[in-house]
Amino acid sequence: MYQIIVFGPLLAAVIAGLFGKRLGDKGAQFVTCGALILSAFLSWVALFQVAFGHSVEHVTVMNWVSSGDLNFNWGFKIDSLTAVMLVVVNTVSCLVHIYSVGYMSHDPHKPRFMAYLSFFTFAMLMLVTADNFVQMFFGWEGVGLASYLLIGFWYKKPSACAAAIKAFIVNRVGDFGFALGIFTLFMVTGAVDFETVFAAIPQLEGQTIHFLWMDLDLITTICILLFIGAMGKSAQLGLHTWLPDAMEGPTPVSALIHAATMVTAGVFMVARCSPIFEYSPDALAFVALIGASTAIFAATIGTTQNDIKRVIAYSTCSQLGYMFFALGVSAYGAAIFHLFTHAFFKALLFLGSGSVIHAMSDEQDMRKMGGLRKKIPATFAMMTIGTLALTGFPFFAGYYSKDMIIEAAFASGSSMSGYAFAMGVLAALLTSFYSWRLIFMTFFGKSRASKSVQDHVHESGNWMMVPLYVLAAGAVGAGFLFKDYFVGHHYKDFWGHALFLKDAAHNVMEEAHHVPGWVMAAPFVVMVTGFLIAVYAYIIKPETPAAFSGTFRHLYNLFYNKWYVDEIYDFLFVNPAKKLGLFLWKKGDENIIDRYGPDGAAEGVMILARKFKALQSGYVYHYAFAMLIGIAAFVTWFVGGAS
Amino acid sequence: MEHFPILSIITFLPLLGVLFILLTKGENADRNARNAALWVTVFTFLASLILWFSFDKTTADFQFVERAPWLGDNINYHMGVDGISILFVMLTTFIMPIVILTGWDVIKVRVKEYLIAFLLLETLMIGVFCALDMVLFYLFFEGGLIPMFLIIGVWGGKNRIYAAYKLFLYTLLGSVLMLLAMLYMYFQTGTTDIPTLMQYNFDVNAQTWLFLAFFASFAVKMPMWPVHTWLPDAHVQAPTAGSVILAGILLKMGGYGFLRFSLPMFPHASVELAWLIYSLSVIAIIYTSLVALMQQDMKKLIAYSSVAHMGFVTLGIFAFNTQGIEGAIMVMLAHGFVASALFLCVGVIYDRLHTREIDRYGGLVNIMPKYALVFMFFTMASVGLPGTGNFVGEILVLIGLFKVSIWTTFFAAFGLILGAAYMLWLYRKVVFGELVKEDLKTMLDMDKREILIFAPLVLFTLWMGIHPSTFMDFMHVSVENLITHHQAAVSVVVDTVTP
Repeated sequence: MYQIIVFGPLLAAVIAGLFGKRLGDKGAQFVTCGALILSAFLSWVALFQVAFGHSVEHVTVMNWVSSGDLNFNWGFKIDSLTAVMLVVVNTVSCLVHIYSVGYMSHDPHKPRFMAYLSFFTFAMLMLVTADNFVQMFFGWEGVGLASYLLIGFWYKKPSACAAAIKAFIVNRVGDFGFALGIFTLFMVTGAVDFETVFAAIPQLEGQTIHFLWMDLDLITTICILLFIGAMGKSAQLGLHTWLPDAMEGPTPVSALIHAATMVTAGVFMVARCSPIFEYSPDALAFVALIGASTAIFAATIGTTQNDIKRVIAYSTCSQLGYMFFALGVSAYGAAIFHLFTHAFFKALLFLGSGSVIHAMSDEQDMRKMGGLRKKIPATFAMMTIGTLALTGFPFFAGYYSKDMIIEAAFASGSSMSGYAFAMGVLAALLTSFYSWRLIFMTFFGKSRASKSVQDHVHESGNWMMVPLYVLAAGAVGAGFLFKDYFVGHHYKDFWGHALFLKDAAHNVMEEAHHVPGWVMAAPFVVMVTGFLIAVYAYIIKPETPAAFSGTFRHLYNLFYNKWYVDEIYDFLFVNPAKKLGLFLWKKGDENIIDRYGPDGAAEGVMILARKFKALQSGYVYHYAFAMLIGIAAFVTWFVGGAS
Repeated sequence: MEHFPILSIITFLPLLGVLFILLTKGENADRNARNAALWVTVFTFLASLILWFSFDKTTADFQFVERAPWLGDNINYHMGVDGISILFVMLTTFIMPIVILTGWDVIKVRVKEYLIAFLLLETLMIGVFCALDMVLFYLFFEGGLIPMFLIIGVWGGKNRIYAAYKLFLYTLLGSVLMLLAMLYMYFQTGTTDIPTLMQYNFDVNAQTWLFLAFFASFAVKMPMWPVHTWLPDAHVQAPTAGSVILAGILLKMGGYGFLRFSLPMFPHASVELAWLIYSLSVIAIIYTSLVALMQQDMKKLIAYSSVAHMGFVTLGIFAFNTQGIEGAIMVMLAHGFVASALFLCVGVIYDRLHTREIDRYGGLVNIMPKYALVFMFFTMASVGLPGTGNFVGEILVLIGLFKVSIWTTFFAAFGLILGAAYMLWLYRKVVFGELVKEDLKTMLDMDKREILIFAPLVLFTLWMGIHPSTFMDFMHVSVENLITHHQAAVSVVVDTVTP
């Protein structure tokens, strides 16, 4: 069964990719959607078998690499954590596949697009089912490739190509850390499969490793290196710059890869490695610090962006920050719970915005929208549900998971507890504000679009709307239905050994239920406040934002220009690398090595050659001659030596 | 010679092709010559499959050994393969038919001479990997330069004389030193037999000098920084088929030399001088990657990337552990496929537009979708994406190296980031974008011959990445033996120095 779940999409991708022309658009769509529907169905079966049936499955497909004491297989490990990820990945992917049939209906390259989507799903499944670090790395880079291909899907746009390359390279920086983490693990434990590595970690406590002129705590070093990988993939502060640019890809891609699945791979990885992270409070504190900072940082930028997809992209960045600081305070269940609910409502928001963009003849700038609520009511309803879920309106999905994270942050004894809690609440305020700002700018007020665009506005077809309804059902119900399993009474039954807690008696999720009343109320209060500010600024007094940005121009510019991180990176890394490259080539290779090496020698030879004009037969013969002399000399010496 | 001389047959079979080609006459001479060359290389490959299937993977001894008196009493015609060299023999025989197909209807002048040069080169290359006598090895190793020299000098680009000359000068420097070292070794031991010399313990001080002398030759061949500048010029000027041979096989001779000579014969010196190799390799990886980032010529870019990849090879070999050495061999094999394929990719569009200038291209995906797919595949393979042979090699090298030197690994791994940068940049410039340039609009997608050339390369690159055991099973015992022997030799020397 697991082979079908994982390899089905690969097969579909290969068929659609290589024989797309012969199959035709319909055929390619049928094959890929069919494979994904099957995988999605089987994933739910797996969830019930594994998570509710308390079994852990191991499947070995075949040996991959064995070299000396290093040995790893292609294999699957299916525990509750993997089962949850299977469900998230396949469900969202299946819906996105179906949605794409409608969304890409005017695109000439449908088979290619479907093939990429299915290939992505395969890579993501390899990532979540891996039973060793190297296979996880395979999936990790595989989704990176798929993401690169899909961001650059419209290859005629230079901005899309640039964004694709940026995504790949920034992720490579993260992978660099991840790889070094794997090397360190192998060096100290002699293995790369999860079982052996996790079993060996407790004995390593307190050991140090010598690096960068100092002795570092071994486990902390490993964790930080692995976490650098997670930061790249999940667009955390410092390595986040690729995610907003990735919005150059088609909208279904943003929903699938850059909201629901790939970007959560980092969260999954840290949760999977909980048996390592639990032994390093410092590393956990670092994770919480980065997570909380990202949550607030991305939220500030989200409040000023005008591109509908970029707002949601920064929102994703910020929500991923929540998941990370949940991990950082050992609330793994809460992090995965938020990952689960977020997949539904964020995919809903993205696909909904796709529907808006579709209706607006590919316009993405919210300043040119407005008043769409009456023209596309179904989309409006779906977007509103998504927003309610995202902002944590009571009984919607986000309400359970996000509040749980904020409470867990407060309840934990971690050194970052207070900071994470404060940032979490503040970011919730901003989340509510920018989410409603998006709704108001898009659906309320008067239309700011041109006449021709306005006349064209239409509700999307069923291929696009049905997936929205399904996701909306998830955005409403996923929290309520699953909260007892992910973070509540059935926590231990549900997760089994998939999530590790060093101090099992001290379960943060348990304690989060007993925080003071004001802590519980805080997320709700800020949510309402954010909503009210948005209502005031965009409905009651629409001139407020302009006045605000006028008064606080520097702050506004800072947020609007994304804290100038891209500019700083260009200045620090990109330009120096180019200059250095040019310098080494022109000065190093040509001016120094060649000039004093072969060219210098050539000149010398030329001078000699002019003196001995007899040698003008061409270089080949020189060489053959020199070699013959060599051999002759050798033989002579040999004969001389032998006698 | 009690058994069937299979190695000699494989080695000298291409010379039979040379004979056929010399016999072709008349108006169809060129076509017949091409067919003869293709068939001979295919037969050579088929013959080498006999080696592949009858090789005993459980022993580190040399197999299919042939020995006959040659020059006097002490120098023999001695051939044989172990688990390391057989892989390179296979790589050579596998790549050769592809090479012949590459120049199929592109080369129009002096076709017969062109084919003869390549067949001669094949004999010499196979000989290098089979030779078990130093004199024989030297003959094959240096002899390979003559056809290569001709290929660049006769069928090359505008600046071919300069490139050929540079190649010659660098190599001459290395080979003279190597020859001197071989002479010294002969006088010390009275033999030129490689397996015997591998067991001999040279004096510690002498080892250093011998090591450096061999190093000069192998470093040029690899090539390592700073003796790498011949490579970009040679690649740029060589015809496509020449570049394929150069990147696919000739560069591997350096790595093979380190494994066959430097490590087993001068174990102490190789440990003592490992720091030198590490520094030069790391410099090579970062330096050439940065330089590659700024290239405007496609072939130069890939040539510089080859230098960076070969940096991983030397790092792996001098990690002196199983993962490092096996990884280095895997990188060499995978690079043999992938770099060859990348040069072929350049060749495909060079044949159509006759320029390698990156700026002259753009938007090729619009009219050449098959080409775009193949080029993407090999770009990703070159970047070391998991699932390709390069990944297996590079990760093994880095894992092996990490045990020995964290610092070196740290810097070497930067190459992975920079590698992604220059390869993706190249791909974007050439393939992506709007098709605006007029002269590109009439270009045709790949034809059947070209697809036939790429298909096996794609297949093997994936095979090496997904199930590398097929290849690695051959090398395990030999590499283990090499390491055991090396460690024993090093500890003996240490014992005698510090009693």
